[in-house]
Amino acid sequence: MTRVALLLSVLLVAALAAAGRAALHAADEELTLVAYSTPRETYGELVRLFAGTPAGRDVAFGESYGSSGEQSRAVVGGLPADVVAFSLAPDMTRLVDAGLVAEDWADGRHAGMVTHSVVVLVVRAGNPKRIRGWDDLVRPDVEVLTPNPFSSGGARWNVMAAYGAKREEGASHEEAVAFLEALFRNVSVQDKSARESLQTFAGGKGDVLIAYENEAILARDKGEPLEYVLPERTILIENPVAVTAESEHRAKAEAFVRFLRSAPAQRVFADAGYRPVLRSVAREAAFETPAGLFTIEDVGGWDEVQERFFDRETGIMADVQRRIGESR
Amino acid sequence: MSRYGLRVVALGYLAALLLVPVAMVFRRAFGDGVGAFWEAISRPEAVSAFWVTLTVALIAVPANTVFGVLCSLAIVRRRFRGHGIVNSAVDLPLALSPVVVGLSLVLVYGRGGWLGDWLAEHGIRVVFSLPGMVLATMFVSLPFVVREVVPVLREIGDEQEQAASTLGASPWQTFWRVTLPAIRWGVAYGVVLTTARALGEFGAVAVVSGRIIGRTETLTLHVEDRFQSFDLVGAYAASVVLALLALLTLFAMNLFKPKEDAR
Amino acid sequence: MSSVAAEARRPVAVRRRGGSLSLGISMGYLSLIVLLPLAAVVWRSTEAGAAGFWAAVSAPQAVAALQLTVAVAFGVVAVNAVMGTAIAWVLVRDSFRGKSLVNAVIDLPFALPTIVAGLTLLALYGPRSPVGIDLAYTKLAVLLALLFVTLPFVVRTVQPVLLELDRDMEEAAASLGAGRAEVFRRIVFPNLLPAILSGSALAFARAIGEFGAVVLISGNVPFDTEVASVYIFGLIESDDLTGAAAVSVLLLAVSFAVLILIGALRRWATRHDS
Repeated sequence: MTRVALLLSVLLVAALAAAGRAALHAADEELTLVAYSTPRETYGELVRLFAGTPAGRDVAFGESYGSSGEQSRAVVGGLPADVVAFSLAPDMTRLVDAGLVAEDWADGRHAGMVTHSVVVLVVRAGNPKRIRGWDDLVRPDVEVLTPNPFSSGGARWNVMAAYGAKREEGASHEEAVAFLEALFRNVSVQDKSARESLQTFAGGKGDVLIAYENEAILARDKGEPLEYVLPERTILIENPVAVTAESEHRAKAEAFVRFLRSAPAQRVFADAGYRPVLRSVAREAAFETPAGLFTIEDVGGWDEVQERFFDRETGIMADVQRRIGESR
Repeated sequence: MSRYGLRVVALGYLAALLLVPVAMVFRRAFGDGVGAFWEAISRPEAVSAFWVTLTVALIAVPANTVFGVLCSLAIVRRRFRGHGIVNSAVDLPLALSPVVVGLSLVLVYGRGGWLGDWLAEHGIRVVFSLPGMVLATMFVSLPFVVREVVPVLREIGDEQEQAASTLGASPWQTFWRVTLPAIRWGVAYGVVLTTARALGEFGAVAVVSGRIIGRTETLTLHVEDRFQSFDLVGAYAASVVLALLALLTLFAMNLFKPKEDAR
Repeated sequence: MSSVAAEARRPVAVRRRGGSLSLGISMGYLSLIVLLPLAAVVWRSTEAGAAGFWAAVSAPQAVAALQLTVAVAFGVVAVNAVMGTAIAWVLVRDSFRGKSLVNAVIDLPFALPTIVAGLTLLALYGPRSPVGIDLAYTKLAVLLALLFVTLPFVVRTVQPVLLELDRDMEEAAASLGAGRAEVFRRIVFPNLLPAILSGSALAFARAIGEFGAVVLISGNVPFDTEVASVYIFGLIESDDLTGAAAVSVLLLAVSFAVLILIGALRRWATRHDS
């Protein structure tokens, strides 16, 4: 009997502690941020900063990070979200189609974007394989890493950067697709998300990783022995953010998104290696602009590109992967 | 192979596979000093993850214990048709990949699942929320109490229970005063195994969780999360907490273990 | 008289009702927690018809993952059969200082979370290995992770049998001039075989579905080090739930087939030993 009593009192104490903890947070408005994998540290910092502003008082955030495509699908599948931040616009469009984000999310001065970046080529410290540009990636002695384009937003930026670079050079559509196939033949691992790709590369696999510039900067700052090459021609990465239609904390969520585009937050992004959308901060940060920088609009815009390249059954990349898989 | 040789091979294998790696985790966790370790595990996400893990276990373990005792009684004392199938069904979670367990819950309780939409209409969210993680943990830790209590029940026979009821004891009194004390060590061992499994679950909760840091992240998910963020000290620190819980469980296991295979 | 008889009857009747209650509750619980979700997996696997099921399980990446998983699981079973028996032998027949501690530690893989197991192996046998052994992102890493989690199974099934083994026959054989190896092969081993097979069955079932221990150290490289559970996880995250269900059902079928096979072997071994 005493043993039972002891057990029950332990359970009671535990239950009380849990209740107490819950009560502590009850004063805060609880918002959920669902974001893609690469800016996890940055958003963590921004959430903390926001809590220090008048608009952010009494706001507590739950944050979830994962590959852009998976997070987008998860929100459609029921993952609760007040603010969503993805790697690329099509992951936002999926939510618009599901009625979870308003259609006018991209209206406004920054077209719905919160940060920019560029696609770069990450190599080992000292660049032992002498990677200078896209053409080096199809060399027989080079092992390339990139995430899987069907789950990772970052991978889709990578593919369009490679394709667009070739087109900007003057190649035809067929030649550019042939280049993509040659490139993917050299890809040894396709992780689910950009962050996992970086992990694999940092773990010692591969010679070059196609990644966001800010990922390369982050890894380098964390002490990883690597550096990056900015190709002459590459794509401008534009990352969207929005408040969900179902959010029960619209005012606070919108305040947070406004905060993200304010100078202090944009400086945090810049320090983390993102190119700010706020021009004043961008000027301060002085990122190097490649000569052949182009945007997704220059290669057709996401709506067309999504279907043409990344449809699971009929997309160009599906064909490429199939051809490669069959020849192995 | 000489006795000494065999001993060296066996112990060497254990050391290389088990002991040294676990020791490494402790070393890596404290590699940057005790301060860094403390900072890592006192971080809000780590503390929340710990509480989430504990909350899930505090629900799953008692539920599976009650089920385990009831089910064992039914299997051994009731002799109903199909009790062999039930016995095998109870063992199913042991043969299933945790990822498949997570998938099965998504298919039932997720959006578009068998019960998911109906529950969502009534404001109940299971997947991406705590209930889903509790269900996943209950699933994977289900068999242990049954597996430990059934052999004990079989062994002790029901003469005492029969005697009690002919003396006029009610079923509840018989259970509480006669059956339960007789099986208590089996129950205790089963509870320890269930708790270990519940605290350590990863694969199934990885599928159903949504990984909302501070809310639906268990300590095991937190370990992976830290690893993905290049925060190795954080990952190792959380691992140390889990390893200490594991060692505690190991200690309890040896305390309650059925005596024949203790030596 | 009749009141005594009535009283004697009453408890029995009440107990049966109480027994029905416990049966009902436990069946309901089992169905809700285990059987219903599993039925959903089997059901969903058929959603795209037989053609869809076949497409999902014959996809090159799926086949590669399943082949790797089954191959490594068999490898793990083989190693465990030998090392598990050896360890059980040392724990039962040998004596040295610290033996009870070693005995307790065998259960550590049961108690340690799988993701921590993976991290511990990565710490020692990964890129920053202090002993210079880097197995990360190789098939050996998968083997290593699975050996870790399946360690206790054969040891714990063989130990009790060894403990109960009557040593008279061994001593008789030895006194008749049989060498140690021959004594083991002809007398001890046949007695241990059923237990070794039982433990191997448990090890196989565990190895084939393992996720947490493998996910950090293997690199999950498709067509190379990606195991079935990781592949299924990828399908779930890509929202291909039908494909994931199909591959899960196949994995389950393989698991059951091997378990039945090992069970049959075990019965043969037990019958043979008389």
